[in-house]
Amino acid sequence: MTPLVVIEGLSKYYLRGDQVIPVLVDLSLEVAEGEYVALMGPSGSGKSTLLNLIAGIDKPSSGTIRIGGIDIAALSDAELALWRSINVGFVFQFYNLMPVLTAFGNVELPLQLTTLSRPERRERVEAALALVGLTDRAMHLPNELSGGQQQRVAIARALITDPTLIVADEPTGDLDRATAQEILGLLGRLNDELGKTIIMVTHDPKAAETAHRLVHLEKGELVA
Amino acid sequence: MFVPLLVLKNALRHRLRTILTVLGIVVAIAAFGLLRTLVDAWYAGANASSSARLVTRNSVSLVFPLPISYAGKLRQVSGVTGVAWANWFGGVYVSERNFFPQFAISGASYLDLYPEFVLPEAARHAFLADRQGAIAGRKLADKFGWKVGDQIPLRGTIYPGTWTFNLRGIYDGAETSTDTSSFFFHYAYLNETFKQRYGRSMDSVGLYIESLEDPSAAATVSQTIDAMFRNSYAETLTETEKAFQLGFVAMSDAIIGAIQAVSYIVIVIIMAVMANTMAMTARERYAEYATLKALGFGGGFVALLIVLESAAIALAGGALGVLATFPLARAFASTIGSLITGFEVSRETIALQLAAALAVGMIAAAIPAWRAARLRIVDGLRAIG
Repeated sequence: MTPLVVIEGLSKYYLRGDQVIPVLVDLSLEVAEGEYVALMGPSGSGKSTLLNLIAGIDKPSSGTIRIGGIDIAALSDAELALWRSINVGFVFQFYNLMPVLTAFGNVELPLQLTTLSRPERRERVEAALALVGLTDRAMHLPNELSGGQQQRVAIARALITDPTLIVADEPTGDLDRATAQEILGLLGRLNDELGKTIIMVTHDPKAAETAHRLVHLEKGELVA
Repeated sequence: MFVPLLVLKNALRHRLRTILTVLGIVVAIAAFGLLRTLVDAWYAGANASSSARLVTRNSVSLVFPLPISYAGKLRQVSGVTGVAWANWFGGVYVSERNFFPQFAISGASYLDLYPEFVLPEAARHAFLADRQGAIAGRKLADKFGWKVGDQIPLRGTIYPGTWTFNLRGIYDGAETSTDTSSFFFHYAYLNETFKQRYGRSMDSVGLYIESLEDPSAAATVSQTIDAMFRNSYAETLTETEKAFQLGFVAMSDAIIGAIQAVSYIVIVIIMAVMANTMAMTARERYAEYATLKALGFGGGFVALLIVLESAAIALAGGALGVLATFPLARAFASTIGSLITGFEVSRETIALQLAAALAVGMIAAAIPAWRAARLRIVDGLRAIG
């Protein structure tokens, strides 16, 4: 399969005073289009940093990250924002929904950056909410929804722009076991039925089992 | 519609906080408007005065009078088209609390010089025909419920005894800024009664007013008049009516300066309060701003949300503050009575109030908006709202 994500010689370090703290060290990785990858590792291993770099919300200290042939490390902030809005769908551990917007409004949010008309947006949002099984909850505010329902809204928001890549940072970390299984099943369907490439950070081995491939990180390096 | 709707929903998110902030702005803007109106009222006399009229007074002080014989000489000065005189009376109507300006005037010549005092022709005739007659401004008459034909008793403080006047007319102002809270009666009545009571004539007046053929010649005519009476026992000081009025205002410059300073300090205080509110609001929403940025919205968009929310709250408070100024000004004006005339909220004050409210909103949002725009997404996502 064609690689969608190609990472070469990627390093990320932080400076604390004069001290250099390495987070990722000369890391190389490929993720094929349509693949479902789970990133695992102990706390501080750099898995979330790697996910942030792949999603284009952080910048590497050195190395290249090519996604769909574009070196996103070389893009300006504005170019990166535009690239993210088209190519990446985000699923966060704590859902990160806008509390003042309904489920419908939250899912519609990324479409506000497009030139789609209101009826076109409505059609897409209804389809996305139907896909995650929340049609009847469209007009509910996030605080009127359970954790699992909020995460489903977040997933609908992640796929509303039909991105090539979905990044999920501990998507089941705040959910009970049964609800976590529902969410993992939903992510699996996105991968199987819609062919979305998914990269998921998780601590949970059971969640990692649902992925096609497991990538382990330790102290900023990939472990075979 | 998306942005205004999001701004509105965000503004109403913490209702109590928003209501208290709006309330604070209402109080500040209304206080600012009231103080500005007070300053305006202080200058109202000077602003309403004419540059085509001169005022001549004793050069030593306004307290010292000028001889009535000067009138004939003043009429002969080149460039002077009319001469009138007035004398401060300083009487008390019923109680000391009922202060209002009272002048003994030179009848027809005085009224001719002040066309801004609009008096019906019949009332003018009645006033001029009655030596004990008087006219009062509309505001004054309304305040005490006077009507034409009433007898108005004044207890003299400078000129002892009770003086009774027949109200022959009520004048209106040609402009809204014209003072209609004064009381005028005949100088002749004052002079003659004084002679009857004290066995000697006053034959002196507080000040003369001259109308000019050419207002641009005011300086030359003033110098001519003062030169004419130099080295006499009552030397004169002549200046335009505006300069004369501003001379009164200048006596209270320090007070006016302090009032103006307080009006701006009130705005600075509410600006600090609002800035604190907006900083707190923005800090609580860092995770949301980071999420918006992750989804592709720019830093400018996030900053815009904060600025618009702040401006909306400030303008809502500003508009309510402007509305509150009118009843406050009315209540204040009725409390101080005729002590300060022309106590009206001007359009300029309303514009200043709204501009101040907008400035409060924009400046209060500046730093939170700048910080949110520069917020790194990864840092924002770690923030706990």
